[in-house]
Amino acid sequence: MNWLIAIVNIFMNPFFYKSMLNKATPLIFASLGGVYSETTGVVNIALEGIMLAGAFASVVFTYITGNPWIGILMAVYIGAAMGALHALACVTYRGNQIVSGTALILLSQGATGFLLQRIFGQPGSSDLVKTLPTWKIEAFRRIPFVGLIIGDLSPLVYIAFICVICSHFLIFKTKLGLRMRAVGENPESADTLGIDVYNVRYFGVIMSGILASLGGAFLSVGQLGQFTENMSNGRGFIALAAMIFGNWKPFGALGASLLFGMAESFSYQLQTQSILKLPPEIKYLFLMIPFVLTLVVVAGFVGKTRPPASDGIPYEKE
Amino acid sequence: MGDIEQMIRDIKKKIFKTAVEFFKRDTFVIPLASIILSLFIAALVILSIGKNPLVAYTALIRGSFGNVQAFITTMIKLTPLILTGLSVAFGFRAGLFNIGAEGQLTMGALAAALFGVYIVGVPAIVAIPIAILGGIAAGGAWGAIAGYLKAETGAHEVISTIMLNYVASLLANFMVNGPFQAVGTGIPKSPEITDAAKLPIMISVQASSLSIGIIISLIAAIIVYIVLQRTTVGYEIKAVGFNPYAAEYGGISIAKNVVLAMFVSGALAGLAGAVEVLGLHHRFLGTLSAGKGFDGISIALIGQNNPIGVVFAALLIAALRTGSNQMQFAGIPKHIIIIVQGLVIFFIATERLVKTMILWKERKEEVLQE
Repeated sequence: MNWLIAIVNIFMNPFFYKSMLNKATPLIFASLGGVYSETTGVVNIALEGIMLAGAFASVVFTYITGNPWIGILMAVYIGAAMGALHALACVTYRGNQIVSGTALILLSQGATGFLLQRIFGQPGSSDLVKTLPTWKIEAFRRIPFVGLIIGDLSPLVYIAFICVICSHFLIFKTKLGLRMRAVGENPESADTLGIDVYNVRYFGVIMSGILASLGGAFLSVGQLGQFTENMSNGRGFIALAAMIFGNWKPFGALGASLLFGMAESFSYQLQTQSILKLPPEIKYLFLMIPFVLTLVVVAGFVGKTRPPASDGIPYEKE
Repeated sequence: MGDIEQMIRDIKKKIFKTAVEFFKRDTFVIPLASIILSLFIAALVILSIGKNPLVAYTALIRGSFGNVQAFITTMIKLTPLILTGLSVAFGFRAGLFNIGAEGQLTMGALAAALFGVYIVGVPAIVAIPIAILGGIAAGGAWGAIAGYLKAETGAHEVISTIMLNYVASLLANFMVNGPFQAVGTGIPKSPEITDAAKLPIMISVQASSLSIGIIISLIAAIIVYIVLQRTTVGYEIKAVGFNPYAAEYGGISIAKNVVLAMFVSGALAGLAGAVEVLGLHHRFLGTLSAGKGFDGISIALIGQNNPIGVVFAALLIAALRTGSNQMQFAGIPKHIIIIVQGLVIFFIATERLVKTMILWKERKEEVLQE
């Protein structure tokens, strides 16, 4: 009975949903990035490294200019550059996509750690910088309950949702989206029809870099106002899981990211429920749920997900 | 006399030719060229912050091999890296990308620590093998899950091993903060293992002690080499890795070998975890892996999936990691080492880019000779 009361308590609390949105936002960006890249047939496990680079770049440029929006803009550029590097390795030079992703993660960890010491003079963490001010939307705030959840969030949270909607439209309703899907499913046929496979793949991978980098920027200037070493902390890989859980589709990735965010938020809220007297280590077991679920889904025991047919295979022009 | 001289000359020529051919092989040239290129780029980075790259690299070598303690520290770092490198390399040979050495190492360490703590009243000759076998079995089982899912449902091993890494890491955190926490410490660590389960120490300088774990790692490398080169099991696994459909046509079961390869791969990583617990930390720390499984990927790639190559690649990474602290004292952020590692892997990924660069140089030399 106590369990039931605790769970009802959590689900009645608007801040549970707000925390869920905040925890899900970096995942929404990065998993959406994964969707772009893999739709065109390029596996991008570098999401983790790109997020880290985005978090770092946005803090550095916010620190220099005092304007978090310029920080975000620079994160977009850095993300695009890292995406282009990944595409260079695995589209132009047809290297192994996972090896290249591994290399980019290492490069990003090394470069951010190196520059952190050079710029802020200390290892571990940067100085505090201005965070992105939240948007207080009056129209939302007037709604009872819901207003407490979505009335006062970081602009990047709203932008994440807009990105999902736009991406769905782009991938499923436009010519470019059709080309992306064609290249990911069957590059040979796409090539025969005159589609430039390499260009489309470059587009997908660069977009994934931009989005993952925005997810990283949300972690630093969107929330914490600081960069700490290795702050992406595996979220890039979790985003990869969310993308798969969401069946390689924008709305699927959104749903999965929200679910993962909910699991995280739930495991923390559960500990604040004094009625249960739970030992603190129990949260680790709750945090496990999304990963076990993803395993179950990948294995095809529940539902069926399917990657693009040529996902992960380099394409060589005749 | 002339005949003998002629013979010696012939033999010399033959040796020289073999050597040249060996060094000209891609498996040797690509990693070597990538390493040199990366060190060169890192030198430019060091120059750009106004430091002397020669000073930096001297500090690096001194920090990793300069004295007995430095050497021991390098060997301690080397021990698990050989094993995680072998783990990933073994997977690669079977055509599998085991990105889960991290989780398998954690599970191996956890199992070894459980056996090490709770098996009491037996001599070392019983306790050590049991704890090691426990680690091997746990790591192997964790790897085999991914193998089974791949063979049975086609789930890609990269994804399933990433998920299993998280499950292992969260389980580890749960254990060291809960049921397996050392009583009364409040710190996330397990109780200490019994003395009988500790690996014997070979050499000890100040606080650093080198256990026989390094011997275990080297023996593992030799065994993996023999299994891959000289046994039917190794032949079948390589055949599946080389061309699964041809192998299946030839009567080799893909499913069986995928599960087996992931078990062996996981077992090697599990052994790494067991050796870390029994030979170094003497307790389970939950988060002890610290990227060793991930480094295994770099090591396997640099060592070109050859067990002997893996030993040398692991030595390189261990030396870079150990020596980087000395570089930090010289005012060069030690993260430069991770940049070097990333660059090497990037160049190995873009093998064709490196090849074009080498070929371009050779062609230029040919032109010059003419």
